[in-house]
Amino acid sequence: MAKNLVTPKLISEFNRFCPGCGHGLIAKMIAQVLEERGVEDDAIQVYAVGCSCFISTVIKADSIQAQHGRAPAVASGVRRARPDAVVYTYQGDGDAAAIGLSESLYAAYRNENTTAIFVNNGVFGMTGGQMAPTTLEGQKTATSIYGRNTELTGQPFKLAELIAQMPVAYVERCSLANAKLIAQTKRAIGKAFDNQLAGKGYSFVEILSPCPTNWHMDPVKAYKKLEEVVAEEYKLGVLKDSKEDSK
Amino acid sequence: MKKLVIYKNRCKACGFCIDQCPKDALSFGEEFNDSGYAAVVSDENLCIKCGTCYRVCPDSVFELIEE
Repeated sequence: MAKNLVTPKLISEFNRFCPGCGHGLIAKMIAQVLEERGVEDDAIQVYAVGCSCFISTVIKADSIQAQHGRAPAVASGVRRARPDAVVYTYQGDGDAAAIGLSESLYAAYRNENTTAIFVNNGVFGMTGGQMAPTTLEGQKTATSIYGRNTELTGQPFKLAELIAQMPVAYVERCSLANAKLIAQTKRAIGKAFDNQLAGKGYSFVEILSPCPTNWHMDPVKAYKKLEEVVAEEYKLGVLKDSKEDSK
Repeated sequence: MKKLVIYKNRCKACGFCIDQCPKDALSFGEEFNDSGYAAVVSDENLCIKCGTCYRVCPDSVFELIEE
């Protein structure tokens, strides 16, 4: 018979995310991946600022908080100090793509043997829904009340494409839009951790996630928007897989 | 025989499980939980115990266990 489907032991019973927030779902999948591989006691998560910093209260693994955006740099240090640990960063888009862009790129450039989970919801969630580099063209936010003007503020920022130019092991963009894509996201997170355990280098998984509160939408409509609008701008799929490249 | 366990107090009534359920077995309940949300309930006659709700729930409301 199939095994029981139970809440991972690493996940705390209650979380502080808004209703429908994708962070809870991603946290659950990370916990499942760690437990399936039996490395939950060796895991060290590095996070910085924004809603993603609640991860320390949701996943009960060892945690370290970096300064704004500096999680990849701190994770690199943790990797050197603890070569045996399973190190991963957990960051949002305002964190990894705006404040900590330099650290994100240099960690990828050095091909650090860590796993990066990048949650892209298109806004600065915790601070009240301001425009992020990843905000879509025409999207209304607290600091782009008439919709994002790309002539003034540039095009939506595609960090995964940029990281894929570096000598890294694996880059994939996933989405939480429906049950099928959520299953694909879990496979991608699993592969990112497998790469680290096999010593292949930097693995980066971008996950398109909804922010119903700051998109001012019903949660179900926010998940629908991921499928119909966000995925049009941010194309899903594997952007780099060093194993496939070498074939 | 599998059993669907619903931890009502974890539910935030986002409705994503109701949207994704392939058999439309889930709906918002009549009662509010401790946090004030109308927690989701399952129709035992329609549920096929596929585990979709377990996979899509952001708040770990569901568990599917063998009785």
